[in-house]
Amino acid sequence: MHDIIINEKILSKNMEIAAENRERLKNKGIFTINLISSPGSGKTALVEKTVEALKDEIKVAVIEGDIQGDLDTQRLMKFGIPVRQINTGRSCHLDAHMIRHTLPGLFDQGEIDFLIIENVGNMVCPAEYDLGEDLKVSVMSVTEGDDKPLKYPAMFHASNYLLINKVDLHPYTNFDLERAKANALKMNPELKIFETSCTEGTGIEKWIDEMRGKLADKPKD
Amino acid sequence: MSIAVNIIDILKGEMEKHDAARLKGVKLKIGELTAIEPESLRFCFEALTEGTNMEGAALTIEEISLKGKCLTCNTTFKLDRYFTTLCPRCGGKPGNLISGRELDIESMEIE
Repeated sequence: MHDIIINEKILSKNMEIAAENRERLKNKGIFTINLISSPGSGKTALVEKTVEALKDEIKVAVIEGDIQGDLDTQRLMKFGIPVRQINTGRSCHLDAHMIRHTLPGLFDQGEIDFLIIENVGNMVCPAEYDLGEDLKVSVMSVTEGDDKPLKYPAMFHASNYLLINKVDLHPYTNFDLERAKANALKMNPELKIFETSCTEGTGIEKWIDEMRGKLADKPKD
Repeated sequence: MSIAVNIIDILKGEMEKHDAARLKGVKLKIGELTAIEPESLRFCFEALTEGTNMEGAALTIEEISLKGKCLTCNTTFKLDRYFTTLCPRCGGKPGNLISGRELDIESMEIE
């Protein structure tokens, strides 16, 4: 009986594939975001708003992640952009392997500048699984608790952006916006926070402008 | 579950590499921030290794605490789960996380 030192990251396989995805996307000049949140935060509505605003300026594509069904894909197809659905079956998160398999089908649908990956609704596991994206964007809504960042530190810690959504409902809840932002910044002082409402359009243009800026910064191949 | 699957895949490869007949134990390092519940992981590991040459292996999980670096004076110090701890040396806020996000296989015991 003897000990063997391994010292390997448990998710090393996922990290390897994510790095390959990242390289592939970079080589095609595609700017990619990974949208993560709990179910019901309004992720899909935000994707719709983003696609609607940008589709005539740049080539947007979406990868939809759900356990089953293609309801979200149906919503996005009306914009006439490339959309691919990933049904994970049991897995509560997308992983790099799933993205690797989906990219060829997506590339077949035409040239892409901006890829939005909408992850499975889950505030825990998606934070651990790199997909090969440029940025991780978390979404939380005012109908959830303002203590969410304290309860799900990994997600907020791993993200570059936080969208606090459904702010139109703020007057009807006990949600403390300033406390939510402070909690999120505690988890991650670098987090860039936006307040949005898809129903009323609040903050959407500011968010779109931020994405426009990121797209402009992205080196073209 | 997928974490357990990943662990087992890595161990399978390592066992083959070292010509191992049985897995007797495995040591993991799991950071506090990863929200991995040790008992759930243990349960999944046991379920997945039943009937294999890994069955009955002892799973040792070392929990790695959250440590950050002071943004002001660079001192490394332990953080509470809510990131409210201030630098014990100068009272500054923590910035970069030094540890607490690990999800590693440290070693295995084979025969």
